Amino acid sequence: MDSRVPPDLRDGIRDALPLLLGIVPFALVAGVAGVEAGLSPLQTVGLSVVVFAGASQLAAIDLLGRDAALGVVVLTVVVVNLRMLMYSASIAPYFRELSARVRAGCAYVLTDQAYALALARYAGDRDRGSTTRRPYYYLGVGLTLWVVWQAGTVVGVVFGAAVPDSWRLGFAVPLVFLALLVPAVSDAPSLGAAVVAAAVAVLGAGLPFNAGLIVGAVVGVATGIALENAGVVDGDGDGGGGGGNADPAEGH
Amino acid sequence: MATSYGPLSIWAVIVAGGLATFAIRLSFIHLFGRVDEVPPWLERALVYVPAAVLAALVAPDFAPASATVEAALTPELLGGAAAVAAAWRTEDVLWTVAAGMIGLHVARFLL
Repeated sequence: MDSRVPPDLRDGIRDALPLLLGIVPFALVAGVAGVEAGLSPLQTVGLSVVVFAGASQLAAIDLLGRDAALGVVVLTVVVVNLRMLMYSASIAPYFRELSARVRAGCAYVLTDQAYALALARYAGDRDRGSTTRRPYYYLGVGLTLWVVWQAGTVVGVVFGAAVPDSWRLGFAVPLVFLALLVPAVSDAPSLGAAVVAAAVAVLGAGLPFNAGLIVGAVVGVATGIALENAGVVDGDGDGGGGGGNADPAEGH
Repeated sequence: MATSYGPLSIWAVIVAGGLATFAIRLSFIHLFGRVDEVPPWLERALVYVPAAVLAALVAPDFAPASATVEAALTPELLGGAAAVAAAWRTEDVLWTVAAGMIGLHVARFLL
């Protein structure tokens, strides 16, 4: 193997650096919230290593802290991460010539940010013939985020164990969800999806196994699709029919 | 809000959640060639997953215990409102969390 750092890898690392402003506080919260919810430091860091998907980790921590049914916790992780099916499908053509092991490694570090940056670069790449260098840029982004995510979680675990409960650091979990929710509500159908999901989740809060969450999410998604079918669009002149199709899960 | 689950249950959730997440990530990267793209109906549904799931996750954290105005005006709700305002203006996780935490503690002090 060449001892030099491939230029694409360096580009990926460099492009990932601005993202760290958003990643670091998120990772700190993941660490703090884990110990606040009663997970051990090792379990909290293990969650970051094994799952490596921030919003789903916080959802799992939140639900474990509420003693939700274990099946509901896992199901919620799956639902929160389902969006990565789209990323996987969209980026797959660029990885098709790689070995199965490298592809598995690429899949493991797939995140909103690595997908968005890599796709932007690959889609702009006219030279479709040379696929062999392609994963370096993606891996530069993905591995940088991975390392910072794990380090941030460890710092959060140490910090979270040291601060008094009266600081209420666990409250950062729903706040992070709000930070992700607000940009995801970008048009009338997604607003309808959010409002209905929230209402059903609150009304169903008494259901066993925290099932209100899953029912709320499913009814919310159905509402979004129904509103889209009914042709409900927001009134601020977006005539493009979903032209502002910004990825709602993408963190900046 | 500390969990009462033991280590075995928590590790089971971590491993099951991790394997499922990896399977989602690997799905099309692995299958490509046999399956060309996400089925259109699934793609349409996935667009609304973030808004619906996140709203369903946060709503119970801010819902009042009873329907009176006094019960509704909690420090958590005011902190959450400050966070939504910050998220709206900045679309930034750091500022949103900061605004929400400050809002929570100011409201606890005042209420």
